[in-house]
Amino acid sequence: MIVADQKPIEEILQMVEPYRRVLFLGCQSCVAVCMAGGEKEVGLLAAAVRLARKQQGRPIEITEGAVKRQCDDEFNEPWRKTIEQQEAVLSLACGVGVNKLSERFDLPILPALNTKFFGEVERQGIWTEVCAGCGNCILHLTGGICPIARCAKNLLNGPCGGVRADGTCEVSQNGPHPCAWVMIYERLGRLNQRKNIENLFAAKDWSSGRHGGPRRRIREDMLLEG
Amino acid sequence: MTDVKKMDNSEPKIIAFCCHYCAFAAADLAGTLRLKYPPNVHIIRLPCTGKLDALYLLKAFEAGADGVFVAGCLEGSCHFISGNLRAKKRVRSIQGLLEKLGIGKERLEFFNLSSAQGDRFAQIAREMTERIKKLGSLGVNLSPNPSPKEGRELPPFPSGKGPGVRSVEKEQL
Repeated sequence: MIVADQKPIEEILQMVEPYRRVLFLGCQSCVAVCMAGGEKEVGLLAAAVRLARKQQGRPIEITEGAVKRQCDDEFNEPWRKTIEQQEAVLSLACGVGVNKLSERFDLPILPALNTKFFGEVERQGIWTEVCAGCGNCILHLTGGICPIARCAKNLLNGPCGGVRADGTCEVSQNGPHPCAWVMIYERLGRLNQRKNIENLFAAKDWSSGRHGGPRRRIREDMLLEG
Repeated sequence: MTDVKKMDNSEPKIIAFCCHYCAFAAADLAGTLRLKYPPNVHIIRLPCTGKLDALYLLKAFEAGADGVFVAGCLEGSCHFISGNLRAKKRVRSIQGLLEKLGIGKERLEFFNLSSAQGDRFAQIAREMTERIKKLGSLGVNLSPNPSPKEGRELPPFPSGKGPGVRSVEKEQL
């Protein structure tokens, strides 16, 4: 799922500062699961912003709502009339939802979240990046553990010299985490596929990832027109 | 929910979210013991403070409370093992938010007590009332859209200005 974080409340207050009628629109998919932008968070954020604005003597009229998937016009359409009555929309969806609403509606769509990564639920309250969406999957060769997402250097033929004696990575911005290549080595051992480690990966072609510009997927057989 | 509007206006309005197994029973005991505590503390009983939703706290302030406290079991004595510890974390998180909203974290507090501590409950009620009296009324209106009598005249909508271009201080408004 797409994992996002709510922006600091100060930044959100500053964004909605010029407006007196705003729709706080959450998304019930990924960001609801990662507790950043679902109905629950819409309620909390709306209450907080109302309180702050009343304290400032400038009350704000907030409409609260959430759509099934903000990245899809089909689900946003029922909100069209409500959206058109607003001065702005504060979107609690990921960046995709904000872009989608901005394409469809001619009013400011403000992002309430910082969209972070594709992640898994490690346990309640902790999400971890495990896929980088590089566009060319090699997980069948690495025991289902992605070195692109889980190695700080995206090494394909690891590990590097930064692996510590206990198997953790020297890069620990978000707390100690295991070296992806140690994990891969151990996992391949359990799968009796350790010979995979002997395969050398050639330099990666990053054009299937972000380096190839904005990506677009077209399935001709699913197109309705033409 | 407690009708905050009907509460006495001269005293600070305080909402107490109390666990059924400890603080609520302690409040009951305080009554049985004929202990006096300020009548402006309105109790909302929860089956466990673990039931506490962060939204309850913000809604209480929105509904006009000047102070809110949550009272759960002593640590290690929760009827549901860890409800009080989880509630405490939620309270700490909302305290941080209240600080950033300009309301102040002092208006929200978490207490631990047992059902046998009727005197402690009365003391907490007095302590919170005194604390909120010192801080003064929060002045948050009850109505989501205050009538002109209650609210101040709004400045004109700053058309043509994008989001985040101005930072208006409280004093300027």
